[in-house]
Amino acid sequence: MNAHHFRSGTATKVPFGQRIRDWWNGLSRFHQWAIIIPVVVLVYLMPFLNFFPITTEPGTDFELALFNTARIVLIAIGLNVVVGQAGLLDLGYVGFFAIGAYVAALMTSRDSALYAEYPWLLVVVVGIAVTMVSGVIIGTPTLRLRGDYLAIVTLGFGEIVRLLADNIPALRGNVGFRNLERPPGEWSDGTRIFTQGDGIPWYWLTVTAIIAVLILVGNLERSRVGRAWVAIREDEDAAEIMGVPTFRFKVWAFVIGAAIGGLSGVLYAGQLGFVNNARFDVVTSVLFLAAVILGGSGNKVGVILGAIVIAYTPERFQVVSEYRYLIFGLALIVLMIFRPQGLLGARQRLLARGRQAYKRLVGKPEPVSTESPMKDAGKRTGV
Amino acid sequence: MIGNLPTVLAQGGVDWISFDIGRLVDQFWYNTVNGLAYGSIYSLVAVGYTLVYGVLKLINFAHSEVFIVGAFGAYFTFQFLGYESGGIAQAPLIETIVNLVLALAVAMICSGLVALTLERVAYRPLRRKKAPRLVFLITAVGASFAIQQAIMLWRNPNPELAIQLVAPQPLFEVFGVSVTNIQLTVFLAALVLLLVADSFINRTRLGRGIRAVAQDPDTATLMGVNKERVIMLTFVIGGLLAGAAALFYIMQIPQGVVYNGGFLLGIKAFTAAVLGGIGNLRGALLGGFLLGVFENYGQSLLGGQWRDVVAFVVLIVILMFRPTGILGESLGKARV
Repeated sequence: MNAHHFRSGTATKVPFGQRIRDWWNGLSRFHQWAIIIPVVVLVYLMPFLNFFPITTEPGTDFELALFNTARIVLIAIGLNVVVGQAGLLDLGYVGFFAIGAYVAALMTSRDSALYAEYPWLLVVVVGIAVTMVSGVIIGTPTLRLRGDYLAIVTLGFGEIVRLLADNIPALRGNVGFRNLERPPGEWSDGTRIFTQGDGIPWYWLTVTAIIAVLILVGNLERSRVGRAWVAIREDEDAAEIMGVPTFRFKVWAFVIGAAIGGLSGVLYAGQLGFVNNARFDVVTSVLFLAAVILGGSGNKVGVILGAIVIAYTPERFQVVSEYRYLIFGLALIVLMIFRPQGLLGARQRLLARGRQAYKRLVGKPEPVSTESPMKDAGKRTGV
Repeated sequence: MIGNLPTVLAQGGVDWISFDIGRLVDQFWYNTVNGLAYGSIYSLVAVGYTLVYGVLKLINFAHSEVFIVGAFGAYFTFQFLGYESGGIAQAPLIETIVNLVLALAVAMICSGLVALTLERVAYRPLRRKKAPRLVFLITAVGASFAIQQAIMLWRNPNPELAIQLVAPQPLFEVFGVSVTNIQLTVFLAALVLLLVADSFINRTRLGRGIRAVAQDPDTATLMGVNKERVIMLTFVIGGLLAGAAALFYIMQIPQGVVYNGGFLLGIKAFTAAVLGGIGNLRGALLGGFLLGVFENYGQSLLGGQWRDVVAFVVLIVILMFRPTGILGESLGKARV
């Protein structure tokens, strides 16, 4: 039974989640910030909260576990743009992640013939640019398809990216690229800040990237682009009729998602210092998707939560680590039966000025619908 | 530097991709024969995708795992019958045939049961809730993932040691290419099974029920067709054929019994179904053979490492330019 059923019934009891949401919406912008800032500070301080319930078991590095979790969170936010906001099921997202990682490898590993002493920030920029271009290249032919056909074709493209890495000798297949350049900077005692072993700087860098991406995506969500995405997600035909250039905005969703995936790939490659053709398979794509679906596709807080569950539980509990793919596969089945909208579903809500206007006119915050964004997806025709 | 790009692509020899038309022509008949033998496996698996798609409009992503469970079923039957891995068994012909038929039966039952369980446990609750299509697809992905991982945890990630019942021996030559006993058996057996399935769908009462539900579920229900039973039947038929395909597969590739062995084959079989026209049984047959053959041509033309890419490219091109496939007729409209 989901939250929606409670509310539509005669019961006057408001579920806990709903109360939290109403309370949050009732706060002024100032009060919201007053809560967000301490939370962000707490997130930055996480590496120092290395004690019992949070910390990892011996043998797993806590700081690196935090970095890996943050990396998956970043990926989930990117995939959420494609799957959650625009409603395009992408099973080949790992392809963009791979492209980002390979750009970093090709530019900064001495094993690569393209190696030169590029500034690290340039690598990030080029990595993002290349993945965006590949988003256009992959999106333009495929995004004319819909629903499950789109899913299968993106899966095909994801596999093609992997097979290219296998087959093109310049990409060095299983041998891979070693000794990738890391971001510059030294501590006062002259040692490098960014090393493979120390997760803290990488964690902070990734959290900063997450915050930047969240601000960017949040702004997009409230803009014309975001409204177009919601319209496409809810009913593509209706959106088209209302004059939304659906194809163009779908490509945009793909490209923005790709850029975030690419960024995350660059960070991953940098921390590991090594890139080869492993870890870019469909299993990884499905794991990313599981994070988004589990948390609640279309809900940014939800997907962050989902990614933390997916990435951190195996690091925290060794037992889970071995069975994680099985557990997450079963979780997807169970979730789809009992709570298809995920832990926190997407909310239908007024955006920006509409929200302020509602509050001023009605005198209380707008009600937030908990309808699943997947609710009407079935009405779309196949091709 | 970027100026190095041409040198980089040539690194490790220029032959990472070729465009060898001579080789394509030389190996044309060899590839055709080989492709048909492989293609019959794709066809059998493709029927499962196409039937379920025709009736439920669902891409049963977990069908590849239905297939691989059949392969494990056949493998363990071999073991149970006392065959050892390594080397080729030297049993009398009759005994080998009986054992193969036994393995076929076990594989079909295993796959059929998995398909049925999947339907009952994962998809049926969703249908009751009238869940949207994407929810079905995500469930299918989850189920595929879960079955695969369960097998991996049970058997470990390495392939099972190969058990070979029959040694491939050339029987006769067509266009200068020898056809082996395995290829011929697989091709003929697959063809027979496909024809049986086709006439079952087109000529029997139960088959008419399947076509009726595919065409219009509500009207079919009003006309007295038990929709739930039809859906179960559809999954079971798909599962049985996938199980048969699994046995034929490990006869040709004895080392193919591995937890994720179904994944690529599943994608290819789905490609075959789309190529022929998804929802169309004869389309699955045609698509399977065509894909098997194309894949081999592509391999000759571009080099062996591109074999799998060919299938993906065929899939993408077909979906973009003719999503209804070659025959393009749906199950519901198929003529009797």
